[in-house]
Amino acid sequence: MKKILVLGLALAAIGLCSCAKKTQVIKIGFNIPLTGDSPKVGEGSKFSGDLVLNAINAEGGLDVKGTKYKLEFVYVDNELKADSAIQAAYKLIDQDKVLACLGPDGSRRAIPAGQVYNDESTPMISPWATNPNVTLDRPYVFRACFLDPFQAPVAAKFAKEQFACTNVAIIYNLEDDYSKTLAELFKEAWEKDQGGKVTVYESFGQKDQDFSVQLTKVMDSDAELLYLPCYYNHVALITSQAKDLGWSKPVMGSDAWGSADLVNLSKGAVIGDYFTTHYAAAGAVGKTKEFIDAYKAAYGYTPDDVAALSYDAINLLLKAIQEAGLTGNLEKDREAVKDALGKISDYEGVTGKMTFTPDGDPIKDAVVVKISDSGEFTFVRSLQP
Amino acid sequence: MFSYFVQNLINALQWGSFYSMIALGYCLVYGVLRLINFAHGDIFMTSCYIAFFVITGVTAHFTGITGIPLFVITLVVTMGLTALLGVGIERVAYRPLRKKGANRLYVVITALMIGFILENGNLALLGASSRRFPDILPKVIWNLGPSITITNLKVLVIISAFVVFAILQFIVQKTTLGMSMRAISYDKFAIPLMGIPVNTVITFTFALGSALAAIAGILFGMSYQVMDPYMGMIIGWKAFIAAVVGGIGDIRGAFLGGFMLGIIEIFVTAFLPSSYKDLISFVILLVILTFKPTGFFGVAKSTKI
Repeated sequence: MKKILVLGLALAAIGLCSCAKKTQVIKIGFNIPLTGDSPKVGEGSKFSGDLVLNAINAEGGLDVKGTKYKLEFVYVDNELKADSAIQAAYKLIDQDKVLACLGPDGSRRAIPAGQVYNDESTPMISPWATNPNVTLDRPYVFRACFLDPFQAPVAAKFAKEQFACTNVAIIYNLEDDYSKTLAELFKEAWEKDQGGKVTVYESFGQKDQDFSVQLTKVMDSDAELLYLPCYYNHVALITSQAKDLGWSKPVMGSDAWGSADLVNLSKGAVIGDYFTTHYAAAGAVGKTKEFIDAYKAAYGYTPDDVAALSYDAINLLLKAIQEAGLTGNLEKDREAVKDALGKISDYEGVTGKMTFTPDGDPIKDAVVVKISDSGEFTFVRSLQP
Repeated sequence: MFSYFVQNLINALQWGSFYSMIALGYCLVYGVLRLINFAHGDIFMTSCYIAFFVITGVTAHFTGITGIPLFVITLVVTMGLTALLGVGIERVAYRPLRKKGANRLYVVITALMIGFILENGNLALLGASSRRFPDILPKVIWNLGPSITITNLKVLVIISAFVVFAILQFIVQKTTLGMSMRAISYDKFAIPLMGIPVNTVITFTFALGSALAAIAGILFGMSYQVMDPYMGMIIGWKAFIAAVVGGIGDIRGAFLGGFMLGIIEIFVTAFLPSSYKDLISFVILLVILTFKPTGFFGVAKSTKI
């Protein structure tokens, strides 16, 4: 009898302990590309996540209405594939039972994954996906960056003012929603708003490595500017092959260029080119500079725009959690966090001031950077369309 | 228009050279063992990484070596190491199955798995980030006419494909070892009775095939400098298809098939919207196979796998 009593008490104590642990942790999921064609993107999100996690847990946890909660981030690799991103979303929502989720980073993954998160009533914030379909008609999906219908006119306006040309050639990735939509939007903005012409409009596939045919078409046309709304791994190959074919005219890009690997992988072919992005690291001040210094000290390289936006996205989520408060009921908490996110206004992030529209998109400026001779992304201008 | 055609012909010959060199590797092993070595594309990828480390190592320790000497050293060392890899794979994965008399189908499945092991092993060991293949030879760009440019690297690639084919043709047709290789493909059981060491010949075949993959790997790294663990997969599969259409089992077939696929891909992209490239390339190949199921140079056989 005594033995059973002791055993029973021991089990109850263990049960109590584990129960107690459960309520003191906030779990946030990360649906990011740690492997695949563009792993630097996932790395930026993960490293920013670790920075925030270590800083907050070192202080004892996140303060939510008087109680301290330890943060736990669950990183799941979506391999830069849409089907893996959907699987990762289900895993985070159902198995890991996360409160909210960060990512996926790219629009090609964020659009289908966003549908999953919206259907399962779990808040999702994408740091970097710029395609409008990510947040359209989805109350649970937010983003921390500007949209492509904003980025394209900005790029067209800058190109017209900077290069004073009429004919543009565009090469885009047919298998990537981001690249395809941005190419269409840029073409529209260039032809309607800036009165120019798009003389070459060529596509390629995700796994392509030889772009000699598309570039031959560009060289043969009378294009004065090459616009490449593609990811850094493709840009590296396209720009170096363009140089081999003798292309000496300007090249312009979009925010997917902003990786730390770009200059090295392109063998320096991108030096002197411009691209639109979310923030410029060189010459930053205040909160932005603190973040850059902390990231550089921890990981050895200057954070790219994905890392900076992830940092803002995580902090936006944490702020929303602090505003909403936690009841312990997962469904109620997810609902409360989603409502609190939508109410955030004038949040000062490292990438600028943000206020959410009813669609879940922030109103922010776009920045144009130039790749300097030393391979750094230097600030040129900040603009609105 | 003429210059557009000529420029794209140059592009097609260069791109086709890679398919040819890899298809030749597939063909060698198939010719001797009737085994489609699906790991070949990944051996090509591994050779590219081996070359990367060889170059990094050599330039770190012997700073004076650049240009052509560096290229030659890299070529020789990488070919040797990749040949060792190919032989190693044969010993570890294929020979035990052959000894047990396993159905060829099982060996093909093993080959697929070896391919995955190479890819994921690379991913696990070296991480996911793409690497950049270092520059070895200085690039020289020649202008052959209005809108026609060619680099010394493209010329090197095209010439290498032809040289490799010529050497291979010589080995297979004019040497005793080559004759043994051809003989084994006709009748595997009678050959040991003739006093030919089958295992030695097979080892040599794998070494040769892998060395070919290494040449392709180095040239590919020099031409398309972004390296990732899955770079061999798509090219390997396409080169295999090219070898089949050209006629697997005959090295002339593999060589022709590689260039054919390269020309079809490039010219489809040149004259039609580039979104249709893969669709039309493979429709054309399918049509060719419908009219000539064994490929151009292939020989009819009841079971191919």
